[in-house]
Amino acid sequence: MRCEDVALILPRAVDVGEPVDESVQHHVNSCLTCQAELAKYHKLLKALRTMRHQLLIPAPGTLAMTLAALQESQERRAIRSLVTGRRGAYLGAIGGAAVAAGAAAAAVALARRRAPRLAG
Amino acid sequence: MTSVAQSNRYRYDGSDPLSQEELVAAARDGDQQAFEELVRQTYVATYTLAYRLTGNEEDARDVVQETYLRAWKAIRRFRGDAQFSTWLYRITANTSSSMTQRRSRNRADSLDDQGSEVIDERPFANPEASSEASALHQRLSEAVAELPPKLRAIVILKDVYDLPHEAIAEELGISVAAAKVRLHRARKRLRDVLFEERGGVARAV
Ligand SMILES: [Zn+2]
Repeated sequence: MRCEDVALILPRAVDVGEPVDESVQHHVNSCLTCQAELAKYHKLLKALRTMRHQLLIPAPGTLAMTLAALQESQERRAIRSLVTGRRGAYLGAIGGAAVAAGAAAAAVALARRRAPRLAG
Repeated sequence: MTSVAQSNRYRYDGSDPLSQEELVAAARDGDQQAFEELVRQTYVATYTLAYRLTGNEEDARDVVQETYLRAWKAIRRFRGDAQFSTWLYRITANTSSSMTQRRSRNRADSLDDQGSEVIDERPFANPEASSEASALHQRLSEAVAELPPKLRAIVILKDVYDLPHEAIAEELGISVAAAKVRLHRARKRLRDVLFEERGGVARAV
């Protein structure tokens, strides 16, 4: 096992729990160059982890635009359910009238029951 | 530009502010106000990840917007077995990946080892990190930013945000094996940049 071969394995071997051949392990244990190389990867990973806490200031308008988009999507959803609900109530009323006066009354009642939800 | 306005107050009838878990539970029940409060609490972190992945303000802002729209649509399916932040990071990664691919198709670019570099010039939002952010961290940020997009995404999601390989592979639409290969290549490149010998003196991280 040569240092050059070990160097190819170290970016993977630096992960905890990653299986490493015994021959590689043996070489690193007895080679100061490879130990120094492994230490570099440990330093690198440690530094990368700290990046998570380095928050950046968002571009202007990020929050406002996001909240506006959410509200807009909610309004579109409300309109869709209003249209869908009305169509249902309308068809129900037509069907009810065609069948019998009693059924029509039931359809109207259904439409009335839906009204508050649709308005909201 | 020294501080970020973040509200952490969300009160029902003057009671104590709700915890993030309570806000998530309320949002899952369809409470849009609760979800908006979650947006306020988390958008800086989401933006930071989006910016690191996309490399520019405009795309990062679009990614944040789309991420929360997707999250709002999907929040009923959020089971709570992962942290809310982790769940959001995954959506952000997926959204960024789609946007990067779309943008690169539009530019007739390739996502191979060419392409956009993230120039990490955004000021830090948290002053304590800023003061800690010595030349060492600045250099690392720059080195990460200079990675090709494919390698950059993996190293950010794995080594910075600690997402599992399986999650990264799923969100980026690649195999776990490919994710690992890219990660190791990215680490090797970062190692080369950060510890390169100059005049016989290694630049330490
Ligand atoms: Zn060696």
